[in-house]
Amino acid sequence: MKIIKTCLTAVISSVLMFSPMAYADKWGDQFPHIKATGDIAGDCSYEEMSKKNYKGKTLKINTHAVPVIGQPTALHAEQFAKLTGAKVDVTHTPAGDLYAKAMVPFKAGQAPYDIVFGFSNFINDWKRYLAPVPKKYMNSTEMKDVTKSHIGVSSWDGTMYQYPVDGDRHYLKYRKDVIDNPEMQKKYKADTGKELRVPRTWKEYGEMAKYFNGWDWDGDGEKEYGSAEVMKKDDLMFAAFFSRSVAYAKNPRTPGGFFFDLDTMKPNINNPGFVEALGDWVEATKYVPPGGINFGLGDEIGSFGGGQTLFSFSWDDAFIAAMQDDSPIKNKVGAAPLPGADRVWNRTSNSWENQYNQAPYIVWGWAVGVAKKSKVKDMAFDYLCFFSNGANHQADLAIGNFGVNPFKNSDFDPNIYINTMGWDADIANSYTKTLLDMEKSKNRVFPLRVPGVFEFTSAVATGTSKALAGQLSPQEALDEVAKEWEAIVQRVGKKAVQDAYAVGVKMEDNKL
Amino acid sequence: MNFKQKYVFLFPGLFVLIGILIFPIIFVVRLSLSGWNSYNGLNFIGLENYIRLFTDDPRFWESFFRLSFLSVTTVILQYVIGFALAHLVWKDIKFQRFFRVLFLIPMMTTPVIMTVIWRTFFHESLGPVNDILSNFGMSPKWLTDPVLAKVTVIIVEVWQWTPFMFLLLLAGLLSLPKEPFLAAAIDGASPVRKFLYVTFPLMAPISIGAIIIRLIEASKIMDTVYVLTSGGPGTSTETSSFYIFIKGLREFQMGYAASMSFTYLIIMIISLTVIAKVLTKLMLKD
Repeated sequence: MKIIKTCLTAVISSVLMFSPMAYADKWGDQFPHIKATGDIAGDCSYEEMSKKNYKGKTLKINTHAVPVIGQPTALHAEQFAKLTGAKVDVTHTPAGDLYAKAMVPFKAGQAPYDIVFGFSNFINDWKRYLAPVPKKYMNSTEMKDVTKSHIGVSSWDGTMYQYPVDGDRHYLKYRKDVIDNPEMQKKYKADTGKELRVPRTWKEYGEMAKYFNGWDWDGDGEKEYGSAEVMKKDDLMFAAFFSRSVAYAKNPRTPGGFFFDLDTMKPNINNPGFVEALGDWVEATKYVPPGGINFGLGDEIGSFGGGQTLFSFSWDDAFIAAMQDDSPIKNKVGAAPLPGADRVWNRTSNSWENQYNQAPYIVWGWAVGVAKKSKVKDMAFDYLCFFSNGANHQADLAIGNFGVNPFKNSDFDPNIYINTMGWDADIANSYTKTLLDMEKSKNRVFPLRVPGVFEFTSAVATGTSKALAGQLSPQEALDEVAKEWEAIVQRVGKKAVQDAYAVGVKMEDNKL
Repeated sequence: MNFKQKYVFLFPGLFVLIGILIFPIIFVVRLSLSGWNSYNGLNFIGLENYIRLFTDDPRFWESFFRLSFLSVTTVILQYVIGFALAHLVWKDIKFQRFFRVLFLIPMMTTPVIMTVIWRTFFHESLGPVNDILSNFGMSPKWLTDPVLAKVTVIIVEVWQWTPFMFLLLLAGLLSLPKEPFLAAAIDGASPVRKFLYVTFPLMAPISIGAIIIRLIEASKIMDTVYVLTSGGPGTSTETSSFYIFIKGLREFQMGYAASMSFTYLIIMIISLTVIAKVLTKLMLKD
């Protein structure tokens, strides 16, 4: 009897142990995208979705242009259609037009798209027109893995309107094979008298980038440059500017607003902290690749990911592109927090504080919602849940230009990157540590999420691009932005902006 | 037939006219008197948008003057090159048909796609243009220098739309009467005199038409700027239509964008009428 029991236990155990593998093989064979992991059990797994029948129904999606987020949207749409029998129409739209493409029909009371992709900072303008995420999905296995901060970014007043599919923050990417190279360190020291290390401040970043600009420092026969940055007007450049500003202008000792003084709603954007950052950025035009001041996000990814520059900072995509199997610099890059500054502006005392300051910028990520007026809400939420299920998410994370970045607790396990993506252990560890430290920081800046947000960010893009092009000095450019911001606050209504901004300030001041 | 019955047959056309022409214009005027944006609906704010436009928005006027410069420059170049090419293939030359088709190809391509290709050509670190020029020690900042970026926009526009001018002018040349040319030949006029005193004056009415049509089109320049420079660096290639697009469809200030559109429409109607009159006076003075 004991033998039978033992045998039975062994059989059951092996079935239990190996069934996920068999299960994985089944779906991994049909869908090569997830062949590294196979299906991962969950409420929205391939297995669960295959039980749904949406034959005869059509799902309409408006998403970003390929590849960033547009490609995974289309890929998962195709998979979803194959599994459920649904017809899925995907429309691709440039980043700058995503807001209006949804807003025009929203305002006109129509819903030409069941699912609309955009950025998480649209939430204030869009939430009136989006269906809240139903409880069923809030309690799903997939959602339970989402980090607290990304639940917060997708929600407004405790209600989730945007389905988390991406998690973004800006951090520094650097060429490890140069910065950690003893020969380069020696050469740099001899030539400049300074240490070559991961830059702690933006000034150090600039010095190193300038030194490594315009010569072939990796011996590939091509010239390399200092830094690749998003500087193209209206192409997310405002986010790059905020990344450079946080070090000088986010003072942990002056709570009550980074972008505005919450009490008076007077813009801080032209205070000396921001001006200093813009001055650094203007200087950066001297160490970007030729044409670098016209680089959009795609160019930045291609430039750093292709091994053209020493540094880059912004979203994960350039780092992931550099770490892909086909990259010439795989396992030659490192991740680190955004550089800080040796002094930070105190807007209360109107003076500089001469102490080191660093602040992470939890920049908005891709966000997606289901139109309140959609007639196929269930199918739409199923699609979104499927989009970010365990298997799809892990596979998407490994592709740089997909634009899908860590937002689940399980994403911070370095073993994922070591085992399934072939990263060196120290790189995977520094990557996950950088991201985790940002989650834990008490001096974070969150995106501006107020009514008419596109007017504010567009004003920043216009002003800063004038400074980069040499049309205005940094102070003049930011004075112009501040004037425009004041006008926007007046037009939108001070109270409406103030109320919405207060939510973000609470998050920044660690009161939420 | 009853006289009134005739009007019944006009209704379908009238409805279409109202639907696609008159209604949108009336709606734009109504929209321009509202503060419609992402947080307000179609409210009524009187002339507030117009006051803002005329007293507090130098960027609109800067973009308008930039547009005037770009459109006048591109149209002049298109006219000169288009006329030269049309004149070339008007004569009996070898491979005349081949050249006629060849010169039309740019116009038949999709502007946005061609602009993407031009952007790749002019890419300052990866593009072939600078790759070739670097052999001579040059690497112009085609898209990132405020002056050169305008030149790049002009090059692309001229390349794309010269064929249109070429087509109209060639059609004009082919329709000219032969007698004046025979008379000039009998009088022993040189080719230059023949061109200046016969071809050019005879072509004047067609030239005016072609220039006006191109000016109308050029004043709407948007796709080239959007793809090539996004109005940058800074605001150095921002044109009126691109600025209106930013305000309306990027920032969603629909009411304000409508007031700019309507103002722009009025300015264009007036200025193009004046230009047409001046051109007629200059070119048809005899």
